[in-house]
This record gives sequence, structure tokens and C-alpha cells, in this order.
Amino acid sequence: MTSQNTKTEMLSGAAMVIRALADEGVEYLYGYPGGAVLHIYDALFQQSKVKHVLVRHEQAATHMADAYARASGKAGVVLVTSGPGATNAVTGIATAYMDSIPMVVLTGQVMSHLIGEDAFQETDMLGISRPIVKHNMSVRRPEDIPYLIKKAFYIAQSGRPGPVVLDIPKDMTMPNERYPYQYPETIKLRSYNPTAAGHPGQIKKAVTALLKAKRPVIYAGGGVIMGQAAEELTELARKLNYPVTNTLMGLGAFPAADRQFVGMLGMHGSYEANMTMHHADVILAVGARFDDRVTNNTKKFCPDATIIHIDIDPASISKTINAHIPIVGLVKPVLSAMLAQLEQKKAQPDTQALATWWQQIDGWRTVHGGRYDSDTPVLKPQAVIEAVSRITKGEAYVTSDVGQHQMFAAQYYQFNKPNRWINSGGLGTMGFGLPAAMGVKLNYPDADVVCVTGEGSIQMNIQELSTCKQYGLGVKIINLNNGYLGMVKQWQDMNYESRYASSYMDSLPDFVKLAEAYGHVGIRVTKPEELEPALEKAFAHKDQLVFLDIHVDPKEHVYPMQVPGGAINEMFLSKTKRT
Amino acid sequence: MRHIISVLLENEPGSLARVVGLFAQRGYNIDSLTVAPTEDATMSRLTLVTHGNDQVIEQITKQLHKLIEVVKLQDLSESAHVERELMLIKVKATSNEQRDEVKRCADIFRGQIIDVTAKTFTIQVVGTSDKLDAFIEALKGSAIIEVVRSGVSGIARGEKTLAL
Ligand SMILES: Cc1cc2nc3c(=O)[nH]c(=O)nc-3n(C[C@H](O)[C@H](O)[C@H](O)COP(=O)(O)OP(=O)(O)OC[C@H]3O[C@@H](n4cnc5c(N)ncnc54)[C@H](O)[C@@H]3O)c2cc1C
Ligand SMILES: Cc1ncc(C[n+]2csc(CCOP(=O)(O)OP(=O)(O)O)c2C)c(N)n1
Ligand SMILES: [Mg+2]
Repeated sequence: MTSQNTKTEMLSGAAMVIRALADEGVEYLYGYPGGAVLHIYDALFQQSKVKHVLVRHEQAATHMADAYARASGKAGVVLVTSGPGATNAVTGIATAYMDSIPMVVLTGQVMSHLIGEDAFQETDMLGISRPIVKHNMSVRRPEDIPYLIKKAFYIAQSGRPGPVVLDIPKDMTMPNERYPYQYPETIKLRSYNPTAAGHPGQIKKAVTALLKAKRPVIYAGGGVIMGQAAEELTELARKLNYPVTNTLMGLGAFPAADRQFVGMLGMHGSYEANMTMHHADVILAVGARFDDRVTNNTKKFCPDATIIHIDIDPASISKTINAHIPIVGLVKPVLSAMLAQLEQKKAQPDTQALATWWQQIDGWRTVHGGRYDSDTPVLKPQAVIEAVSRITKGEAYVTSDVGQHQMFAAQYYQFNKPNRWINSGGLGTMGFGLPAAMGVKLNYPDADVVCVTGEGSIQMNIQELSTCKQYGLGVKIINLNNGYLGMVKQWQDMNYESRYASSYMDSLPDFVKLAEAYGHVGIRVTKPEELEPALEKAFAHKDQLVFLDIHVDPKEHVYPMQVPGGAINEMFLSKTKRT
Repeated sequence: MRHIISVLLENEPGSLARVVGLFAQRGYNIDSLTVAPTEDATMSRLTLVTHGNDQVIEQITKQLHKLIEVVKLQDLSESAHVERELMLIKVKATSNEQRDEVKRCADIFRGQIIDVTAKTFTIQVVGTSDKLDAFIEALKGSAIIEVVRSGVSGIARGEKTLAL
């Protein structure tokens, strides 16, 4: 090296952590302080670029960061202390991991020389998080901090995204020890270099197979959402006039209002989506992973189908269902390449076969079509979601907890845009909804952000109502209060002769008063006619958190529901009807 | 089927734990595992013997590839390769008759007696795992006191390599 840049900055490890985040373009950091990270918090205090959001429980910090990532496509960032701070973050890390969400989690650690000595608030966070991260690392020399943070973002956001944990021993952040700081612009790793474009030969084969199809279907998943490829997918589908189904994670990848959309598939998928899949002769799977909640019995899965599978992760391909034409690559460039080939080929799909196919599909549409018993004096949860969808014009960010309410939201909210439906699919984490809504609202303050939840789930992170007050997060909470752990109860109705073992919650709080106690607005809805005015009122409170405690039919079940062990087309359609 | 998988791994703290953890976490079998740095100290070479049907083996190699610290890997069993395992075995050898028998056996397997006491022999044998199994079988008559095996190391035959 010739001359050292005279302006090389000298920073402490703690200051480097924050500077690196600022240089990475991070605006918000979600976290909770404690002994091991106090130097970092002090560095945070002394600047204004990176803003910190103080949650009430570390799990909420991870869900906030995670939801920001789901809405924006960029990694969310979390800072927690060692020991209990780190372990409280575990559920959130696992949630992000299961849904392939980019996230960088900075965990404090005891001083290096104390590691292994059962020191105060020491836990082996690398060991604990290993099975639920894309990668984890620890800082061994303070001067490595900028590189390690860059590496963490690179790994989290590239290829198949996922959470990365960086463990930082306290002695790496000493305020009085300074090191030269330079944030690397790029990172190259010899051992990690994910492909982007798919194999041209495979893409060609796929296009040929697609054009030959007589009963095609496009099955799109979370990879299309996180891969920012909804536009390409929509263009391809429209060009071909093929039916599209989305997974729970893929909702919004193709507009729900479009005639070509047959609904979500899988365990609680629509009748027509599951029938279309089962009878298809060519399935184009895009950024979806043939999860067991989709396939039902893999041995009976789509017997006639040639399967084309686009996925960035080779391990997702032919894991549960054998793919005939695998394409490893990012959905966006692969779909673009397919579109380009279609353009070139000038070949057309078999319009006659397609017309017959659509006729068959439209027939299936009339069988169930998302109908529910709507003329009852009790409020139906489905009706609530339909009303919310109507009032927000299908444009709100909708986060959800886990249970029946989640399925109703997925089935009855019309998601016309990607990155708007934010839920925990792979891990199914109750307690996700409220912090997720907060993460979105903070970053998209002008958008309507709705949290669909249940009286069970909301209580898993209810303390965050306080954080909402502190940061003025005006999310709208739609509590579909059925008085039961409804999803559990449904299984007990169907498989355990309605023996409700611990699925009824007595002594629920008065949610309206609770919301008010935290400084928010609470509204209770108990009758169908109260619903619309209450919703109008709630959404009129632009900047205020409104907690709508909506008492819905405790007896309602989610349908369709796949028959256990059956094929994808074997479903219960109501309490009395099955396929 | 039995497979021998060779892995080049970044020689970083925790990288081995990641490989082992993967097998435990996903329910894959490890029959043996050897690991040591290569001529380039920044990399370790790992030889892993596992078994499973084709689908399981495919997942194993794909999942291994996904580990950030895995640089390269190769399923040695897919082509011609050499495998070797080293075994140290301590047997009771007191009577002359017994001592002769053990020595004869060791000779047949090209083993070397590397330690001797009035009551024991320690023999070193190198070969394929099958050969070591056969040697143990052959000594079943004598009293085996202790067996230690290195696990398999393997390398492809000919021009084929696993290197950067
Ligand atoms: C109560 C409950 C009920 C459920 N019921 C259903 C149901 O009825 N139907 C349903 O579908 N799910 C259901 N789920 C969710 C289910 O468990 C899975 O989470 C979901 O099916 C997985 O969605 P996915 O296949 O889109 O994959 P994701 O988990 O979203 O994975 C994305 C895939 O795309 C790949 N990928 C990511 N980014 C890219 C990129 N840029 N380019 C290429 N590939 C990429 C990844 O490698 C991965 O293979 C339910 C969950 C719960 C909690
Ligand atoms: C943290 C966690 N614990 C347990 C479960 C299992 N579980 C799935 S749905 C559910 C019931 C949820 O009840 P509620 O939030 O009231 O929603 P509902 O089904 O009534 O709409 C439970 C207990 C889970 N998914 N997550
Ligand atoms: Mg409930």
C-alpha cells in the first residue's frame, strides 16, 4: 500500500457496529439493552442516523425486523443483549428462518475470556441458533467488525434469504480502543456464491413443456414475493392465460381479483385451487417448496403432472416431490428469460385445450367458492375479513397471528399486491402479528396496517401495545375473538369428539379497557350491524392505534380442509360435506 | 447404500459443528467422520461415510452445499476412488500358542505389531473398512481388549480432484 488515507477514521468496536449499520443504509434497529451491549447502546446514543426502537420483549424486536423485511425485501436488524436477551430472540429467528426472511441479529456476548466459564448471562448463542439460521458468526477481533457486518448482510440477503446471527463479545466493543474503520463495498466468498440465472437449456425445456400443456397450472410461493418477481409472474401468467394458485406465503404474487386466480392451495386452500392442481398435466412451481401443508399425502400428489420447479435453493427441489424439469436460479431472471423465449417462439398455448380446462375450473368454482353460512345473527369471522378487505380496497398491509383467523384472513382478504400479506407460515408463530404490524407501520407510516389476530395469539405479545404508544404506531388490530384457541378447538371437534382439552380461555381481559389503559382506542363489536360503522371509525383514526375486539361465532370452522392422508383434492367442505 | 462424501471446509471455529449439527438435525446417518487441515491450513478436508437411499443422499449433498463454510464437495462413491481406514487393536496374548496365532493373523492382513507386553499385542492395520471388519472377525477367537478406528479417508482415483 502506498499512502494510508490520512482520513482513515479510528473508531471503537461499538462505534463501528453502528457506523457499519448506517453505511449499510439501516434506518431502524429493533432491540433491548443489557450489560453485554451497553457500549453499543452508548455508541447508538451518540449519533442520529440509526434509530433504535425499544420493544417490551426481544421476541417483538425480531418480528418487527422480520416484518420490515417481508414488506421491503431488505434485511431487518435486531440488537439484543447476551443470555436472556438472546434466548428471547430465538422464536423470532426461527420464524424468519422457516419463511426464508433476511434478518441480521446482533447478540451481545460476555467478554471473550469469560466464554465457557458459565459467566453471568452467558449462553452459547452460536450453538443455540445454529439450526435456525442461514449462518452465524462471532467477532474475534474488533477490527473485523465492518467486514463481518457486511458479510452478515450479504449472506442474509442473497441467494435463499435467511437470518444471520452475529455474536459480539463485550470486549470487542470497548469504547477506548480504536481501530481503523472502513466499510467494505462488496464481499466475495470462495465458499458461497449462489447462482442467479437459471440454466438456459432447462429454461428452454420448461417453456416447451409449458406450451404443450393441456391442463396447466402455475403454483407460486413466497420466493416470488421475496424475489420481487410478482410483475414477471403476472405477465407470464397473463400471456399464457394459465390458472394461478398461490401458497399461503405467495398471496399477492398474483392479483387475487384476477379471473385467472383460483385462490390459495393446500390444507385450507380453495376447492378449485386444489382440484386444478390435482388434475393438472403441467405444474409450474415458482419459488414454492411443496410443503406438507400443500401436498397432503405426497404419494397421491398430482399423479398426472410434469413438474417444472424454479427455486434458488437446490435443496428445495425434489425434496418432497420429484421435479421433472428443475431450474435452479432466482425467480426474477428465470421468469424474464422464460418471457423472452415465449416472445421469440411465437408459439401459442393450446387454446382449445385451455378453453376446456377453464370450463372445468369454472365448474369447480361453483362447488364451494368460499361460501360460508352468512345469514346468522352471530357475526362470522369471514364477514369481518371481507369487510376489512372492502374498506381498505385490498391495499392494506395485513399482518396476522396464527390460527383460524389467519386462515380466514388468507382466504377472504383480496391481496392484489405483493409484500402486503405478512404472516408466519413455516413456524406458525402465535405472537407474530402485533409486532409485525408495528414493524410495517413504522416503516410505512402512511399505509393502512391491519393486524388480524385472535384472543389467544394477541396475548402472546400484548405488552407491545406500550411500544406502539411510545412510537405512535397507529396499527388497526382486528381481534377475531371467538373465546377459544379456535384452530385447536377445530381439530378437537374433528378428531377428538369435541373434547376441548385446554382450548377454552376463561378470564379473558376486557380488551377495550386494556387498549385504553395503554393509551389507545378500543372498540367492541358484538353484532353484525355494528361491524361496518366500527371499521369506518377505526380507519378514520389515521394515526391512532385502534383495538377492535370483535366477538365472532365461536363454533365456526375453517373450510375447505384437506382430509388427513388424502390426496390434495380430498377435502372437507363444511361440517357435513366432503369431497 | 453406503456413500463416502468428501468435503472441503473453511477451517473456521464452529464449521465442523455445523456439519455434524446438520446430520443430527435432519436425521441423517454418520457412520464415520474424519477431519483435518489440508496443505492449505485455511481449509479442512473431511471424509464422511453415510448411508441412505438416493433421495436422502441427494438431500445430504445439497444441504451440505448450503452450509456457508462448505467450499466444495464430492460423492466419492460415484466414481473410482481409494478409501483407507486405520485401526489400532489391542488383544490379549498370553500363551505362546495365542501369540503365534495373533501374529499369523496380523501377517495375513498386513498388520504391524506396534506394541508388545507380556500379556498384550497392539496391532495396526490399514485398509478398507471391510478389511478392518474382517480382521476383527478373524481375531474374535482371541480376546480383543480395545479397538480404535480412524474412520474412512478417501480420494478419487486418477485425474479427478477435490481442490480449489
Ligand atoms: C395454521 C396454518 C395453516 C397453513 N395452511 C396452509 C395452506 O393451506 N396452504 C399453504 O400454502 N400453506 C399453508 N401454511 C403454510 C405452510 O406451512 C408453509 O409455510 C407454506 O406452504 C410454504 O410456502 P411456500 O411453498 O411458498 O414456501 P416459502 O416458505 O415461502 O419458501 C420459498 C421458497 O422459494 C425459494 N426462494 C426464495 N427466494 C427465492 C428467489 N428469489 N428465487 C427463487 N427461489 C426463491 C426458497 O428457496 C423456498 O424454497 C399454513 C401454515 C399455518 C401456520
Ligand atoms: C407459540 C405457539 N403456541 C402454540 C401454537 C399452536 N396453535 C396453533 S393455532 C392455536 C390457537 C390460536 O388461538 P387464537 O389466537 O385465539 O386464534 P383462533 O384460532 O381462535 O382464531 C394454537 C394454540 C402455535 N401455533 N404457536
Ligand atoms: Mg380464538
